[in-house]
Amino acid sequence: MSKFLPLWPDRASTIAGQVDALYIYLVLVSAVMTLLIFVAVAVLAIKYRRRPGVLPHPIEGSPILEIGWSVIPFGVMLTFFIWGAVIYFKERTPPTSSTEVYVVAKQWMWKIEHMEGQREINELHVPVGQNVKMVMTSQDVIHSFFIPAFRLKQDVIPGRYTTLWFNATTPGVYHLFCAEYCGTSHSGMIGNVVVMSPQDYSQWMAGGPSAPLPEQGKQLFASLGCSTCHRFDIQGRGPNLQSAFGKPVLLEDGRTVTMDENYVRESILNPTAKIVSGFKPVMPTFQGLVSDEQLNALVAYVKSLAQPASGTLNQAAVAPAGQPQSKQVQ
Amino acid sequence: MATTVIPAQPISRPTNYLTNGFTLKSWLLTTDHKRIAILYLISVTLFFFLGGFFAMLIRLELLTPQGDLMHADSYNKVFTAHGMIMVFFFLIPVVPAILGNFLVPLMIGAKDLAFPRINLLSWYLYIVAGGIMIHVLLNGGVDTGWTLYSPFSTQFSNTNVIEAGIAIFIVGFSSIFTGLNFIVTVHRMRAPGLTWSRLPLFIWAQYATSLIMILGTPVIAITTVMLAVERLFHLGIFDPKLGGDPLLFQHLFWFYSHPAVYIMILPSMGVISELITCFSHKRVFGYKIVALSSIAIAVIGFLVWAHHMFVTGISLYAALIFSFITFFVGVPSAIKVFNWTATLYRGSISFATPMLYAFGFIGLFTIGGLTGLFLASLGVDVHVTDTYFVVSHFHYVMVGGVVMGYLGGMHFWWPKISGRMYPEGWAKLSALFVFVGFNLTFFPQFVLGYVGMPRRYWQYPPEFQVLNVLSTAGASVLAVGYLLPMVYFAWSLRYGPIAGPNPWNAAGLEWKTASPPPTFNFDETPVVTWEAYNYDEIEPKLEDGGIR
Amino acid sequence: MSDSHATAVDTAESHPQLRHHFANMEQQKNTASLGMWLFLVTEIMFFGGLFCAYLIYRLMHFNAFAAASQQLDIKWGAFNTAVLLVSSVTVVLAVRAAQDGNRKQLVGYLVITVLLGLTFLGVKAIEYKEKFEKHHVPGPTFAFTNTFDDNGKQIPVNPKEAELFFSLYFAMTGMHALHMIIGCGLFSVLAVLAWKGHYSPGYYTPIENAGLYWHLVDIIWIYLFPLLYLISRHS
Repeated sequence: MSKFLPLWPDRASTIAGQVDALYIYLVLVSAVMTLLIFVAVAVLAIKYRRRPGVLPHPIEGSPILEIGWSVIPFGVMLTFFIWGAVIYFKERTPPTSSTEVYVVAKQWMWKIEHMEGQREINELHVPVGQNVKMVMTSQDVIHSFFIPAFRLKQDVIPGRYTTLWFNATTPGVYHLFCAEYCGTSHSGMIGNVVVMSPQDYSQWMAGGPSAPLPEQGKQLFASLGCSTCHRFDIQGRGPNLQSAFGKPVLLEDGRTVTMDENYVRESILNPTAKIVSGFKPVMPTFQGLVSDEQLNALVAYVKSLAQPASGTLNQAAVAPAGQPQSKQVQ
Repeated sequence: MATTVIPAQPISRPTNYLTNGFTLKSWLLTTDHKRIAILYLISVTLFFFLGGFFAMLIRLELLTPQGDLMHADSYNKVFTAHGMIMVFFFLIPVVPAILGNFLVPLMIGAKDLAFPRINLLSWYLYIVAGGIMIHVLLNGGVDTGWTLYSPFSTQFSNTNVIEAGIAIFIVGFSSIFTGLNFIVTVHRMRAPGLTWSRLPLFIWAQYATSLIMILGTPVIAITTVMLAVERLFHLGIFDPKLGGDPLLFQHLFWFYSHPAVYIMILPSMGVISELITCFSHKRVFGYKIVALSSIAIAVIGFLVWAHHMFVTGISLYAALIFSFITFFVGVPSAIKVFNWTATLYRGSISFATPMLYAFGFIGLFTIGGLTGLFLASLGVDVHVTDTYFVVSHFHYVMVGGVVMGYLGGMHFWWPKISGRMYPEGWAKLSALFVFVGFNLTFFPQFVLGYVGMPRRYWQYPPEFQVLNVLSTAGASVLAVGYLLPMVYFAWSLRYGPIAGPNPWNAAGLEWKTASPPPTFNFDETPVVTWEAYNYDEIEPKLEDGGIR
Repeated sequence: MSDSHATAVDTAESHPQLRHHFANMEQQKNTASLGMWLFLVTEIMFFGGLFCAYLIYRLMHFNAFAAASQQLDIKWGAFNTAVLLVSSVTVVLAVRAAQDGNRKQLVGYLVITVLLGLTFLGVKAIEYKEKFEKHHVPGPTFAFTNTFDDNGKQIPVNPKEAELFFSLYFAMTGMHALHMIIGCGLFSVLAVLAWKGHYSPGYYTPIENAGLYWHLVDIIWIYLFPLLYLISRHS
């Protein structure tokens, strides 16, 4: 896909080619129809332009023509209907031999849980050539799980499961969008779908939670999107956490607290409770999003940022999460 | 106004509806349908430019992939304001309340609408609702999108949803009363001899529109009541946590809001039928089928609402049925386009400004309608719904269709409304600006949608930028095209040449009375002895805009 | 009032109630009554949205709806149904009196109708009060511990679903009561105008149209009563 002016989306699922074929058929038929009408209007308008002495010829209508241009277009439309319905039927009936992936959407992130226990946020790793069935629900409002490269979209609705299945064909990194308006950061509720070769995928799967705690925390810090706002190179939307642990923090309401383990924990679960002076309460709560283990990992990571010895970690942490939302905002 | 003393020239200047009283009271308490139409013209135009202002803010924000012009919350409020104002305060009332109000009694040879005081009440309801809407905007706005989907609107949004709901509720009743008035007027107030088969197609279109207004609008009214009640008292009507179903809201919402798009487009289709016949100087091709297609669209339009919900997880079979009926509603629309085109055959075609808008309408509506078939086709809809493809599609129909029809109608009937002609050259230029600007704005959005850019995005991946820049550039051309008519219409009020009763040599009762018409429309009730569009009995006018 | 011989004059073009844009009284009357019928259509669509929501949730949560319904007092509901049916009769009699030009009867029937309407609203108020006392008003104080008695089998229900029933109960009966209040106001005004001799056998359209409105409000109650009060009361 051209990164400058993309005119066609990547095609990376078994269904994508079928949707494209129908789309091209629709475009061709529409182009012919449009051209037909444009040319007819132009030719007739010029040929029968108003001239002195030339009177219009009254015509009442023609039942045969009327029936013709009702029935023939409807016949063409029936082909659109049947073709579209066939594709939709395939999209809506997952094969029985599918791997299941669970998705929980919330304002404004995608939480993804693999059966093997792997969890990710705003990232979905899937192997090439395997049927994958997404089982999705929302914690709050309606979202919509949209992967343009797969030509698939499914609303994610609170209080119920909706499903979507696909079979990825080409390794690569593709956009994952939220397509149903869901509030402030609707356009930030995006992520990547990483399609991997089976070998890479099993390797990725094997790389389970065996890394040291700060290392895990560092990964969480990136994958949760913390690094989007809590930046180390420039002033982001959230305070810079470099060397902040253990030092006093001036709050928006004038109080000063010390940044300890409990403060970090509270700031993750209830970010608006103690706002650092000069910042806006824009951080979403992670209540119910991060498990206690993950919280511990995060706390450990923030703590490690204040230790000179862990300079290598900091270097790595500067790398942004690689998502398009990592843009600077005032 | 300081015109209490009217110059004593009673012979040379017979009283028309404009000169029948100059006080503010004579306008604000008028029951004259023509004056009410002028009141609507002013207020709807104001809302159009307000909505247009929000559109410009959207386009400016989307110039760059970063959300750098305003904060995300502000952007969400801006596109919500754009949608709510354009849908409820511009597109729905624009043609019925301005042109319909002015023309329905004139076209059927009546002195006024059936219920003149209810007509004035409609305008006041519109103004009250508009005032509430502006109050909402000044007090922080709403961020739910015009679709108000629950549970976001009922449980999560921190903005003034209830007040916006009240505005929609009230403006809905404005629309209900207008529709009711039109239906009763068409049934009961027609001049002697004006049978149903002699009615102008504009009247048929208004009639079909009014049917939707009175059948659909009450449903959105009660839906906003339920929404407000749920939000106020934290009831669970649409909240899954409390036993409710968020999709029920979508069903009720689209039960009105899909037919509502026909409330918008049908009156413009009626306008186009008038324009094509007048400037081809010829009876419309297949009068009966064009008239009935309006009614067919109104009826079938009520049976397709769930095609907005193909990716919500509704049952497979419901989706199949709604997709099928949606294709069905395409047929009467296609018939109209073909019949207009066929009307040109062996006509005597003038290229006056209103006709240029009619050509523009046919072109843009064709594209808008055909892309609607893409969306009706289930397999493609899954990919393109909720993307810019949908945005582009409905702007082709709403802006390319409704607004082109409205502007065409305004240029056609302006001599009747004001008694003056506008400068033809400027008008043609503005028509060109609108057509080019429109396509430049919205065509790239089809591509953008298929490539995958979701709608209502404040920031977007950088590869979508070029198409967005094109779109924004087009929007500025479009804005010029919309501002120009404002200027030359205002200019013509004072300096335009006197139009005379029938500047286009058009058929139709409205051209058989003075321009501007007298307060009671006709000096004596006309008796109709001819068929509609009897152009074979009228000389074509040669001096206006013809290419020779 | 000299209404008895006014009929011939009324249809002429000079009737004092004839508005400028109509040709004659007959056209004016037909216009007004078509307008009223269309308005009633919009009312049906308006209530239709609520009925639709009710029916869907009743299917989804039948047990809770039945249990909640059994908390309504069937006697009050039946009494109110009777009151409304009688009031419809008095409205018909009022229209009849207007046609006959009998001013005293007309005013009398209109007043009785208003009184019956107020009776209905009074009973509704008593029922609402009972809901408050039993904590059946949706909101933070809502409590529902009853079970669904299905022929002796006690089926526990989710209070949230019962709350949904009461939400709809209040929305539907509240919207209906609002229409009753408007109707009572309407008839009060008409009674005063009738007393002043506004109406004659040649001009009684407002009475007739207000009557149509009242009948519709009645009919809506005729549906509300079984839907809300009579779920699973077969035993």
